[in-house]
Amino acid sequence: MSAFAQTQLKETFVINLGPQHPATHGVLRVKLVMDGEYIVEAEPVLGYIHRMHEKMGENRTWAQFMPNTGRMDYLHALAYNHGYVAVVERAAGIEVPERAEYIRVITAELNRISSHLLWFGAFVLDLGGFTPLLYAFDDREQILDLLESVTGSRLTYSYFRFGGVYNDIDENFVPGALAFIKRLRERLPMYHALVTKNIILRKRLEDIGFITPEMCRKYGATGPVARGSGIDFDVRRHEPYSIYPELNFDVPVYPKGDSMARYMVRMDEIEQSMRIVEQAIAKLPAGPVMAEKVPKILKPAKGDYYHAVETARGSFGIRVVSDGTNTPYRLKLRSPTFSNLSLFGEACQGMLLPDALALMGSLDLVIPEIDR
Amino acid sequence: MHTSEIKQAMAALPALAIAEPEYAKRGNHLDVTVAPDQVVAAVTVLDKHGFFIEAITGVDWLGEKAALRKEAAAKAAAAAKAAAEAAKAAGQEPPPAPAAPSEPDGSRVDDLEVVYDFNHYETLCRVTVRTRVPRDNPEVPTISEVYPGANWHERETHDFFGITFVGHPYLVPLLLPEDADFHPLLKDYTP
Repeated sequence: MSAFAQTQLKETFVINLGPQHPATHGVLRVKLVMDGEYIVEAEPVLGYIHRMHEKMGENRTWAQFMPNTGRMDYLHALAYNHGYVAVVERAAGIEVPERAEYIRVITAELNRISSHLLWFGAFVLDLGGFTPLLYAFDDREQILDLLESVTGSRLTYSYFRFGGVYNDIDENFVPGALAFIKRLRERLPMYHALVTKNIILRKRLEDIGFITPEMCRKYGATGPVARGSGIDFDVRRHEPYSIYPELNFDVPVYPKGDSMARYMVRMDEIEQSMRIVEQAIAKLPAGPVMAEKVPKILKPAKGDYYHAVETARGSFGIRVVSDGTNTPYRLKLRSPTFSNLSLFGEACQGMLLPDALALMGSLDLVIPEIDR
Repeated sequence: MHTSEIKQAMAALPALAIAEPEYAKRGNHLDVTVAPDQVVAAVTVLDKHGFFIEAITGVDWLGEKAALRKEAAAKAAAAAKAAAEAAKAAGQEPPPAPAAPSEPDGSRVDDLEVVYDFNHYETLCRVTVRTRVPRDNPEVPTISEVYPGANWHERETHDFFGITFVGHPYLVPLLLPEDADFHPLLKDYTP
């Protein structure tokens, strides 16, 4: 980590980063108290696109809240859909056909790859490299086309339904997904040669921006941020849901805790997600994609229900409190980036401003999900 | 580290209730209800066992007491009716109607519930800590000394429910505008 420059005179000044700044990837403001080029104190200011999704949940039926979930984390919307349908299915006791669960996992993992590709491009863009963004968007476009053909939308999917998925995949989807994986497998070595091995990138990321495992625990960090600090925690394996127990995949963990470790975790996860998609396609069973006899008006039994899923940014949990009527009584959305960003103020103390922006990029922020 | 170990440690506190919900149905392993002044002690136990903080939130139980009273009154009326019918069938005088159920102390005010969610990186063990505070004076001690990550969660809960976390270092609006004096997740909130 950069050494803190001690000056005799305690002269600090305040820099306002954002709310409109390319490095914050959305409307996030950070109030920085600076001593020269070094950060003394950083305070993220949130709420610029706060939409009160939790109150909206109390004002509509269980099914009507579905589109909201995709609009929080617009980069990995299918995982958010998955978390919501899973908790409602748990509350209402709906059994999901096996084929539907396979399709959910295949599409959600493709969506995870697209999210990581966008992060990869935008992160390198933050560090001053423009070209990789264009490569990453080229690959991401293939996934969006695939998902569009099945779900009907390119970003804010509402593809899952209580008890299954909206429609079955078409005959072009499986060959398209396999062709995409083949293509990305050929492209990944190029990414590593172009970016990962790049000396400028390594100088910006290695041994800079440390996050300790204890800090992760105290702030509740999950996802690639925790795994980049040596914490072997992935909801897909830790608290298996859907068909993940039947699939064979690794959880990449890098113990170092610097920005490079978080970068490597995500790059390795792209490969693991491709493995999951391949296996799920190979095992894809025939059958219905929607449970029979799902009631039109859901009235889950009274009580608390919790379900967590692993999104591209960490553990997303939903707590619903049902009072036995057709609307949720209370709906709490636990977003991973909210917790991941909350440690930024402590982690960036004493860092150079450009290094802190690299650290912020390595957290992979999606602001609508923080503000909800 | 097992659920039973945490359960034992929690039982040592003056906890009001410890429940072990069915995990497959509910999604958590241990549900501990404590008095507001025991929250810090309960959270410290979890901290010592290596739990990480997932979230803090609230639930507004406006109208709960009235619903419970109504339910109790309906039950009492049904019981009285059944007793009267049984007496009539036996050819006896119907017993006098029972007096209305008495009002327990302090039950007129509805509660706000504060819910703390914890999880563990190594073993699968989700623990929920709950506490209830009266709606007209919602005050809970802060746990941001134990978990610095609670800082933001408590600010968010203060935004949405108006719950005051006593001892919080910086309890200003986080997601709402800086001059917000309303609490949108209260059930009686009207925009």
